[in-house]
Amino acid sequence: MSAHGPSSLKHGERHNGDANPRRKFVGQRVTRLEDPPLVTGRGTYVGNLNFPHQLHMRVVRSTYANAIIRSIDTSAALAHPGCRGVWTGADVADIPPITFRPTSIQGLEPYRQFILARDRVRYVGEPIAVVFADDPYVAEDIADLVTMDGEALPVILSADTPPGEFAPGLSTEALVLRKNFGDIESALKNAFKVVEVDVQVGRHSGVPMENRGALARIDHSRDVLECYGQGKRPHAHRDAVATLIGRSPASMHFYEGHIGGGFGVRGEIYPEDVLTCLAAQRFDRPVKWVEDRRENLLACNHSREQRHVVRGAFDEQGRLLGIDAKLWHDQGAYVRTHGARVPDMAMGTLIGAYHVPSYRTVGYVRMTNKTPAATYRSPGRFESTYACERLMDAAAEQFGLSRIEIRRRNLIPKESYPYARAMEILDHAVELDSGDFAGLLDKTLVDIGWEKLLADVAARRAKGELVGVGMGFFMEKGGLGPVDGAKVTVDTRGKVQVITGASSIGQGVETVMAQIAADALGVEYRDVKVIHGRTDVLEYGIGSHASRATVMTGGATRMAALNVRRKALEFASRHLVEAPVEMLDIVDGQVVRIDRPGEPGIPIGKVAAALAPSPATVEFGNPGLTAEGWFETAGMTHPYGIHTALVKVDPDTGETKVERFHVAYDIGCAINPMLVEGQIVGGVAQGLGGALFEEFFYDERGEPLSVTLADYLMPTASEMPPVDVLLTEDAPSPNNALGMKGAGEAGITGVGAAIAAAIDDAIGIPNAITRLPVTPQRLKALLKRHAAASK
Amino acid sequence: MTQKMAITLDVNGTGHEIRVEPRKTLCDALRADCGLTGTNVGCEHGVCGACTVLMDGVPVRSCLMFAVQAQGKALRTVEGLSTGGKLHALQQAFTDNHALQCGFCTSGFLMLAAGTLEQQPDIDDESLREVLSSNLCRCTGYQNILRAVRQVRDAGKAGAR
Repeated sequence: MSAHGPSSLKHGERHNGDANPRRKFVGQRVTRLEDPPLVTGRGTYVGNLNFPHQLHMRVVRSTYANAIIRSIDTSAALAHPGCRGVWTGADVADIPPITFRPTSIQGLEPYRQFILARDRVRYVGEPIAVVFADDPYVAEDIADLVTMDGEALPVILSADTPPGEFAPGLSTEALVLRKNFGDIESALKNAFKVVEVDVQVGRHSGVPMENRGALARIDHSRDVLECYGQGKRPHAHRDAVATLIGRSPASMHFYEGHIGGGFGVRGEIYPEDVLTCLAAQRFDRPVKWVEDRRENLLACNHSREQRHVVRGAFDEQGRLLGIDAKLWHDQGAYVRTHGARVPDMAMGTLIGAYHVPSYRTVGYVRMTNKTPAATYRSPGRFESTYACERLMDAAAEQFGLSRIEIRRRNLIPKESYPYARAMEILDHAVELDSGDFAGLLDKTLVDIGWEKLLADVAARRAKGELVGVGMGFFMEKGGLGPVDGAKVTVDTRGKVQVITGASSIGQGVETVMAQIAADALGVEYRDVKVIHGRTDVLEYGIGSHASRATVMTGGATRMAALNVRRKALEFASRHLVEAPVEMLDIVDGQVVRIDRPGEPGIPIGKVAAALAPSPATVEFGNPGLTAEGWFETAGMTHPYGIHTALVKVDPDTGETKVERFHVAYDIGCAINPMLVEGQIVGGVAQGLGGALFEEFFYDERGEPLSVTLADYLMPTASEMPPVDVLLTEDAPSPNNALGMKGAGEAGITGVGAAIAAAIDDAIGIPNAITRLPVTPQRLKALLKRHAAASK
Repeated sequence: MTQKMAITLDVNGTGHEIRVEPRKTLCDALRADCGLTGTNVGCEHGVCGACTVLMDGVPVRSCLMFAVQAQGKALRTVEGLSTGGKLHALQQAFTDNHALQCGFCTSGFLMLAAGTLEQQPDIDDESLREVLSSNLCRCTGYQNILRAVRQVRDAGKAGAR
């Protein structure tokens, strides 16, 4: 496998767009603007921020997995000399339960979580009280003095066992979701073969390196409640938290600062976020809350735990006539911010890259006595890709076809794009915008050196090594619209400020936006400062999630920069140079005449200075070298890719060693290939965690067992194989001018599928792997069972 | 336990006279009492390595020590890596190789790598991977971190601060 640099990427003008398709920085591997403060220890993670006279909040958490609260004793805590306050559910009875985002899915309201438990607790770690002190150590001392007396109830710990009672008269089956199109009954009836798989993904999650935190205070000069430390969707969360605590949105602002990893989980509205803001309001003092790692593993949202039973109806040639799929989704104890997005997406994306004439799927969304579940990078798709690809591997085996051939016969043909499916995902009609999956497969096989790889594997197996190769094909989604805005301003020194509603969670959004703005405007990217994650400087913003920021915020940034460029040129043409606007351009931050190369230009800072408020600039339109831009798109983008793993299994220990990993990905347009590769390799690491190591275990009483990083095992440098990335731009999105599709989740989506297939291949047992993660214990037990059965 | 003690911490060549409870961890004292928040705290149980600092040249987890135990030791934190406005070779290499994303683990990796290269300037690739696997990163997949540290080792700049 060989690494591919930007030389394999061909940039050029291929969209209607504008008259300025400059690509000086777009497409380049420029270093990040984010790095200087982060490598010198000047990060502004919320734990690093303090306000004078601040209180420290500490959460008291349930030790019961399911219980009726008989009483909570706060007397000892209140008697502590350092105690500044204790709240239980009764003290916040006026605060409604945490809302979820707008959705057409009905029936989830009764399953929402209160910010402090009222009469019931439903998972270990559920907040039952908060205490306040002047010092974080003292707050911890006081929290230890709060005790709860509960009447323990039986626990429910799996979603595929019969539902129980969530509350009197209310089932733990919160929802049954359905999607279907085509005639699946006929497909099943007419099928030459019906292939079935029954597979599970274990409970794991994002686990960012930074624990959650929040710091809130009221600035009385503006009557604004400020909250620091909120990532992912600052505007939406500001609106939601303001509503919960009874403030108007305009009197509350969120500031994200630096965020130590997002991955989907740092963007739930958590009870603690609301409590911190509420406390700042009630105490009228700054309030700081930072959790510890144990709390993070107990209370930050979990994800992924699903069982899929998938039946594929195939014709004689191994072509799909239809897919009939069921899933059981373990939602944990409550439904919070993301509603039923994860199972909805899993169901909507399960048929992936394949032409499937008929599809029927049912999703059972069930509550259990575990930490609430929600989104984690590639939500729903990591699980559904694994399930669908397990089906394709099983079909290959039953038809006697190679695992590649069965897929080739079913891939959506290039000519069929845009490819509509008669169903919705997240209330959006599905239309795959562009693609050439077979083309990517061909390139992948060449890049990997497929025939040689298979020959090497065969030779090693002949010597007794348990080595194998597996692939996972996936259809991603990104760029979810519909609209995002940005504002670009040039100051009198020629420095450019881009104000966006995006969120920076480590992915490099400042650099990418600067590259886009620099090319659109005609300046050096290092002269562009990108503001993000603040609700006080831009009225609207979509944040960063679902691989959308580059597409949506990038689109808006480009529009705004083009508007500024037009304004600069029109003003210069009228007042500063005697030339028609068509003869002007901005190059390296100077307004120049196209017809007189080499002649000194006018620095854009001077144009900005000339645009200061004056009768002339008011007459011109509006003062200031500044403009907004709005980008709208009808549909999502659909990047796609192929993951290939080479693994070796040690039959004595059950250990799976990943020797090589290859990711082929069509991104449409890579703004910064270095950052895209960074996203992909990092995603692979997380995917390998979920495929091989990471799982939240519970004992039979619902007691969590994975509460330290010594129990919850994330990959280290030792477990990471070399990862090669083949980045292609063969199917740019028609939905935006640069053809961008999004990069955030490409590294993780297919990992579970590829690893399961590779292990099957290594141990020589088709469809052996039915459960992720494939821990050494599980694999060793599987090999033992198989050996016993074949005796 | 809660009776404060007066101690002096020598951090990056500067003496910090602070009053701390004996139970206060070194990382908390560095952050809250010395104002050096570049050292991040990721797990407080010695697994993730985000809080790694150098004590008498040796990488240690500052969450697993009490501040009072660090008296009389020469401590170095990420704030002391760059000198005279010039980035340390490792800081530059991390930037050049895109060895950080969210940056939360970066201080710990930088100090671990700095201490390691100062003690073993010729460390081989496999041993280097072994050492760096003692810290966790959730963003990068480690490939670029390894590349950055190898680059500095190869350039032989680590000791020439």
